Amino acid sequence: MNTQKNKYMNPYVAGFLLGLLIIAAYFFAGEGLGSSGGYRDVAIGVINGVSPEYAQANSYTAPHVAAGHAPTHTWLVYELFGVIFGAILSAALYGRLKFVIGKAPHITNKKRLYLALIGGLLWGIGTQLGRGCTSGLVLSGMAVNSLSGYIGLVAIFGFGFIFAFIFKSLWIKKN
Amino acid sequence: MGPLYPQELLNPEYNLLIGALIGIGFGFLLEASGFTNTRKLAGIFYGYDATVIKVFFTAALTGLIGLFILHNMGWIDITLTFYPKTFWIPTLIGGIIMALGFVIGGFCPGTSLSAAVTGKVDAMAFIGGVLLGIFGFIFTYDGLWQSLRTSGKMGKVNIAQWIGIKEGLFIFLFTIIAIVTFVVFQKWQDSWKRKMDDSDIDDLGL
Repeated sequence: MNTQKNKYMNPYVAGFLLGLLIIAAYFFAGEGLGSSGGYRDVAIGVINGVSPEYAQANSYTAPHVAAGHAPTHTWLVYELFGVIFGAILSAALYGRLKFVIGKAPHITNKKRLYLALIGGLLWGIGTQLGRGCTSGLVLSGMAVNSLSGYIGLVAIFGFGFIFAFIFKSLWIKKN
Repeated sequence: MGPLYPQELLNPEYNLLIGALIGIGFGFLLEASGFTNTRKLAGIFYGYDATVIKVFFTAALTGLIGLFILHNMGWIDITLTFYPKTFWIPTLIGGIIMALGFVIGGFCPGTSLSAAVTGKVDAMAFIGGVLLGIFGFIFTYDGLWQSLRTSGKMGKVNIAQWIGIKEGLFIFLFTIIAIVTFVVFQKWQDSWKRKMDDSDIDDLGL
């Protein structure tokens, strides 16, 4: 029986509206939606706050802290602030705003949290090496027919199926 | 006319404000379509939940077709946007690392943020991991990653031009691929649903 907490928007309607947001993002800002770039900007902001000298010396962070350039004063960071607000708004409307650990039922809480941490760590490295994540690299890249978006699509989802086969026991209980 | 900000037709403060407004819509849609539920996300790889592929490909198609029409009507000049540059080697390797992170961690950066701020504790751990990974990458960049990250440089490459077909034809072909994918994943989900417990169906909102 479906309760309010697991009612979700029609996926095609949600996808269509998300597509309109991508168009709006390109029309106004000249770039697509993104996530990992905002995380990077925040990380660089922290490093710059602790040691501006190091941020200037490191060749990855240096372009982001060039004279007069605040690393966290970026479109993506403001967009992520919006994401936080929008997600809370939706969860409040649907009655889903509560503390919970999402996982397959046969996985322990402790194991799930360790796996989430390791998975996140891999994303942290992968996004910086691959120049973006599912939203910025793949979705927004595909929307403008960029080759990079399709390489990301094949790598993330194609190899995702291979890794999913190997790690099936994390999500599907053996009978 | 568009893109406005790159042509200095929109002042930087308004651009950031619009970014925040677009972000609100983005976060709302991620939560409303169930992307904060890690089992729904993992479901794409096992076929028991087709939500992710439906939302994802519909969004890509809408953006693709919309921007193509706007570009051809002269309302937005795609060449003036911050069009992504392709570095195929690091994107392929980085993508494979992300794929492993997706299956092990059950989120990606955007979905984990929406999930963490709405109370999903596993997403909070995931975000901790992302930030650790980014710090680790930055601190080891000069010695370890720099040459790999800048390898495979191809510039701004449009996939239709790269294959050697017209952009309209590519979009038509991708539309067909997307529709076939929707049908296949729907059938896969239906076959799972017949053997799922009521509690699973309830948890996934199927």
